[in-house]
Amino acid sequence: MSRTRLLALQVLVAVLGLAFWHVLTTTPLVGDPRKMQFFFSTPWDVLARCARDLAGGEIWRHLLITLTEALLAFVIGAGAGIVIGFWFARQELLAAVFDPYVKAINALPRVVLAPIFALWFGLGIWSKVALGVTLVFFIVFFNVYQGVKEVSPVVLSNARMLGMNERQLMRHVYWPSALSWMFSSLHTSVGFALVGAVVGEYLGSSAGLGYTIQQAEGVFDVTGVFSGMLILAAVVIIVDSLVTLVERRLLVWRPGQTAETARG
Amino acid sequence: MPEAVTRLAERAAASRVAVHLSEVSIAYQLKDGGRYEAVAPATLSVSEGELVSIVGPTGCGKSTLLNAAAGLIKPSSGRVEVLGRPLEGLNAEAGYLFQQDALMPWKTAIDNVAIGLEVAGTPRRQALETARGLLGRVGLRSFADRYPHQLSGGQKKRVGLAQILARGPKILLMDEPFGPLDAQTRIIMGDLLLSLWQQDRKALMFVTHDLEEAIALSDRVVVMSSGPSSRLIGDFRIDLPRPRNIADIRVEPRFHALHREIWNTLKVEVQRAYDQGEGKDA
Repeated sequence: MSRTRLLALQVLVAVLGLAFWHVLTTTPLVGDPRKMQFFFSTPWDVLARCARDLAGGEIWRHLLITLTEALLAFVIGAGAGIVIGFWFARQELLAAVFDPYVKAINALPRVVLAPIFALWFGLGIWSKVALGVTLVFFIVFFNVYQGVKEVSPVVLSNARMLGMNERQLMRHVYWPSALSWMFSSLHTSVGFALVGAVVGEYLGSSAGLGYTIQQAEGVFDVTGVFSGMLILAAVVIIVDSLVTLVERRLLVWRPGQTAETARG
Repeated sequence: MPEAVTRLAERAAASRVAVHLSEVSIAYQLKDGGRYEAVAPATLSVSEGELVSIVGPTGCGKSTLLNAAAGLIKPSSGRVEVLGRPLEGLNAEAGYLFQQDALMPWKTAIDNVAIGLEVAGTPRRQALETARGLLGRVGLRSFADRYPHQLSGGQKKRVGLAQILARGPKILLMDEPFGPLDAQTRIIMGDLLLSLWQQDRKALMFVTHDLEEAIALSDRVVVMSSGPSSRLIGDFRIDLPRPRNIADIRVEPRFHALHREIWNTLKVEVQRAYDQGEGKDA
């Protein structure tokens, strides 16, 4: 299927969705439009609110805070995940001893930690960062661990036969393999960093996108909730496509990433 | 008589033993407490400048024996000597070409070739220069910046060859390196291997299940019996003239005579391995 055709179909889905929403909330087809608008708002109202918010300066401040939290959560979580993942993968005993605890903590729904983090780190950005870290850490940790473990034994033997010592194996074999696994989970971990930030804000804060959505909900401002969600979704899509760009650059050597890398 | 003179020179050069396996056996401890002997005590010498193939039915432990020579497996008994010294740890004198993909997928062809030199302390620029030259020798000059997944199976093997040659090993060990390739590519790769080998005649141990390939390449063909407890059951000198061309040599009458002779020994073992396999699976 051609690109334009695909794009046209994608736009069609959006148009149909909006049309359905519009008919639902502005015509008496399903129920009283005023009542429907209270529950569902209307597409035009949401878009207008979005435009108004984005034109004003307030939403940008919130957005900046949310992105800062997500970035910090990602950097700290990924850093810790890489170091500990690597360490565990190279120390069988350590991994075996901590295995049940790692599993237990990972199985815990992170939302229940949010109030604790608010208590420990206050209502500022750090409680949200902490929540994001607990989400990002495990994804990166498991992937790096797996990446070190899954190094092809043949590649490893070959590297040894080529004269590499342990340190060189680390640098030329384990490290690239672990990083490739980590990067392949980049979309998930970056996404979770954002989720951590927004959920943290939602549960208790005085700034950020999650906060604005929560405020709107508090006064039954459905239009505000939807426009907050829309802005959040747009941000996620932009961040995600940035991640794709980074991934393309870093994983050129992977089959199916880019074919147009080597010429001549 | 220049041919006779070269013969003599070859003999003289071939006098030193490069790899000597003496009564080497390899056994594994099984989970249920039993013991599985893959290779029964085997003695095999490969001289410098000599190309020796090991053939045998699938699963006969020929790769295991090669791994013992590489130091990748520690023999359960017996001794491995490399250039007269007992082998401890990995065989640092040897380059090993694996059957499966062994290139680092995150490195380009040229980086894969240069890495062996770099880890040995050669400055990167110099290593890259050498690697470029080697890629040229295996016919991949213009593919230096490709990643392994962008290369065909044959091209990957060429990079692998350049990779192990980069460190200038005195001994080459090859474990069915052309096994995964198609028939035509195998012939081309065999010719490439011969032309490279002809230049400096390193000791080469070549494991294969393809008898024709073994005869076409080798100075000697060693036959292993089917496992478990495989033994060396035949050692045939291949007196075909060099330099050889694989496609041409296969139609020589002498080639067929040798093939018939070795196959008579081998087919019994192949049949036995086949019957065992059938029995196990059924």
